[in-house]
Amino acid sequence: MTTMDPELCCQELVELVTEWMEGALSTADDARLVAHLADCEPCTAYVEQLRLVVAASRLDEGAGPSSATRARLLELFEHAPDDDL
Amino acid sequence: MDAAPVEPISRFHDDVHLVAALRAGDAEAFAVLVDRHHAAMVRVARAYVGSADSAEDAVQDAWLGVIRGIERFEGRSSLTTWLYRIVIHRSISRGTREARVIPFSTMGPAEPAVHADRFEHSGPDAGWWRSHDEVPDLTADEILSRESRTMIDRLIAALPSNQRLVITLRDVLGLSATETCEILGVTEGNQRVLLHRARSRVREDLVGYLAS
Repeated sequence: MTTMDPELCCQELVELVTEWMEGALSTADDARLVAHLADCEPCTAYVEQLRLVVAASRLDEGAGPSSATRARLLELFEHAPDDDL
Repeated sequence: MDAAPVEPISRFHDDVHLVAALRAGDAEAFAVLVDRHHAAMVRVARAYVGSADSAEDAVQDAWLGVIRGIERFEGRSSLTTWLYRIVIHRSISRGTREARVIPFSTMGPAEPAVHADRFEHSGPDAGWWRSHDEVPDLTADEILSRESRTMIDRLIAALPSNQRLVITLRDVLGLSATETCEILGVTEGNQRVLLHRARSRVREDLVGYLAS
């Protein structure tokens, strides 16, 4: 998507932001978006919030099965009939 | 959930070795696989089925499928993709009552990332935020807090299915766009639209909640 207006407004930015974060914007739109952020505090805050939400969404790396589940699964594995392995 | 036990410095660092060991019936390899992937598989299942309990059940089924199917795993997809596909298959067949799966050809109605009323409608400032207050001031700590993460979890669970699936794979599990599209059978463009809608909605609802 390429906007016709030389300057990006906030309402357009909030629609383009995901494409921008994915690196999928045209060079021209990328430049327009970055230029807008330089001049717009609310949009800068908006983008930062989005980035933080993405970070906060991430599954805790250390999470694993409960001990009971783990034991049960290991038992399943050990008792799987040989012809299944 | 208990934290996963520390992995031994691993001859299983590589999927190839892990799969070979699994085929040989190596229980330690299976334990590593479970510790590594169980939580993520539960998140995938939850993106499909209604309840956390159903998700755990679906993943138990999936592990059975993994044990039986490891012999047939050809390595054409990554191990993760293969695991998630098994989970998805089991989740869907487990309870179509609960699995609210909508074909990806249906994108759903277009929706703005932010409601039009938050921007000036006319005049020289048309399209700009009505005021700075439209984007509340929040610290990083607030958004990254435990409370916030719990809220995000709920918000994601409440999303329309296709948005929920994409954001789960991309943001909760950290998969690439390519892998996400492969697992879900969706085009990159559609995946991006769904991700955009999902992220916009979660952000908006979370910020609204934290700022109130």
